Amino acid sequence: MQVNFLGKNLISPTVLASGILGNNFDILQRVHASGCGLVTMKSIGPTPRDGHNNPTVIDLGHGMINAVGLPSPGYLHMEKEWADLNNRDFPIVASIYGASVDEFQQVADYVSDKKPDFIELNISCPNSEKHGMLFGTSPTASFDVVNAVKKVVKTTPLIAKLTPQALDIGEIAKACEDGGADAICAINTLGPGMLIDIESRTPILDFKKGGLSGPMIRPVAVRCVYDIFKATRLPIIGLGGITTGADAIEMIMAGATLAGVGSAVTYRGISVFKKITREMDQWLKDHGCTLEDIRGAAH
Amino acid sequence: MNKPNLTVEKKPIMFRVDRTKRETPDHVTLFFNGTIQFRPGQFVMVWMPGVDEKPYTISYHGPKTFGITVEAKGRFSRKAAAMKPGDLLGIRGPFGNGFDTGTGERVCVVAGGCGTAPVAPLIDMLGKDITLIQGARSRDLLLFKERYPSLNGHYCTDDGTFGHKGFVTELLEQAISTNTFDMVYACGPEIMMKRVFDICEKQKIPCQVSLERYMRCGFGACGACVCGAERVCIDGPVFNSEKLRQMENFNQKALLKSGAEVPLSTYASWRCGENISTTN
Repeated sequence: MQVNFLGKNLISPTVLASGILGNNFDILQRVHASGCGLVTMKSIGPTPRDGHNNPTVIDLGHGMINAVGLPSPGYLHMEKEWADLNNRDFPIVASIYGASVDEFQQVADYVSDKKPDFIELNISCPNSEKHGMLFGTSPTASFDVVNAVKKVVKTTPLIAKLTPQALDIGEIAKACEDGGADAICAINTLGPGMLIDIESRTPILDFKKGGLSGPMIRPVAVRCVYDIFKATRLPIIGLGGITTGADAIEMIMAGATLAGVGSAVTYRGISVFKKITREMDQWLKDHGCTLEDIRGAAH
Repeated sequence: MNKPNLTVEKKPIMFRVDRTKRETPDHVTLFFNGTIQFRPGQFVMVWMPGVDEKPYTISYHGPKTFGITVEAKGRFSRKAAAMKPGDLLGIRGPFGNGFDTGTGERVCVVAGGCGTAPVAPLIDMLGKDITLIQGARSRDLLLFKERYPSLNGHYCTDDGTFGHKGFVTELLEQAISTNTFDMVYACGPEIMMKRVFDICEKQKIPCQVSLERYMRCGFGACGACVCGAERVCIDGPVFNSEKLRQMENFNQKALLKSGAEVPLSTYASWRCGENISTTN
């Protein structure tokens, strides 16, 4: 199922979400070979960062809670990845994060020279004290980050990844559009939430709180994509809990162009990309329509 | 469309330590009352509230009890080795593929150091014509030395205080020259497993080895433990000869906590508790 996204031809409308699997080039290649249209590298930061101690990820069956905490070798220590990127035959998104507008700009400047197909600005991670969500909940801060990055990257299309914690996610998306974003990706994890073990009376995650993902957050994701579609003209990567082709179709009807997949790798394996694509294809055939026909159809 | 089953919650299940057993000066086994369905070679994530969570294999498995064996070498394992009956630990899992045990009658198990713990339930399960080759730094560090009195055991130590003075690989070459094996299982330092693999390749004997990498989720989502395109937590931790031939990073590279790929020796120093920054 070929799809065009910002001028790139993708083999499938499915996208690997940032933070899932994307730790090295080999695994990204494997995900692509498993039918994923667009793969996203794990968020890249300005300096080396370990992330949080374990427990960092807990599977709750109907979704996951995680506080991995943005581990990154730092963009200056990824020579092998950058070299591998040169030899790729599939499109890739480089996700980046920073603790300030300057840091975002600095990472984006360097990363855009490595020629990823897209740069995703992670202005929405709930699992770090200084990064992410602080930007994504403020329209002016979102505008500032996107605008500053746009000035240094020039031609690499920018995707702003948004948080469902924003009071009005449509307004944030609009601010990103005004700042120069080329697409929106929504949503990052929901929350943060917390699990407490009642025997030890201790929060289970070492960082205590963490973002929710997976099927349990899908209705929030669908609503966010619906709001963003109303507020902007930008293409949207809709994600949050998509596990089946039906889930992906629902997200397209809310207004998404592509369907992101993250936690579902846990529930259906890496072949989930092929499975979802096949199920979408079947649904479209059964209903005699195309993806374009149903995009935003719920509006 | 198929709806996946989304009902299985995998939070840590809390167990109180029932009893502890000092196995060697470096190794302690923690026993728990309870049962856990698992295949030899699978692992569990062991959570010490407020401290950390680490992968361990089940080293003892009875109808009403199971145990994990820890080597006291890092911040977590030293605390674990000092635990007392009644102390709480959380267990998440089991995870991973485990050893493939449907592999013929004549098997050889090669274990080095604390790599003896993951193969112990395998030996319990196979319980047939097994050749055990076990090595340790010194006599008193040979884990479970008295556990399998009826086995055909070959031992070596680095210092020669028990058995052959030298490496398990030398004993394996000897054993291969006088026996026919359908399968060789190995667990121990990665360089040992690489040498076992090389010997098996030369002799055209299939083998399975159990790898170790820094892990977070344990179920194949986060990617922290990737070895090339393989997720050690779910595609492994046991890899067979066919897979190992494709794995360029076997005995070469591993990821630190930051995700930085480094030579295995750097990774090993960090894991052995050396106070080096994982992000350098």
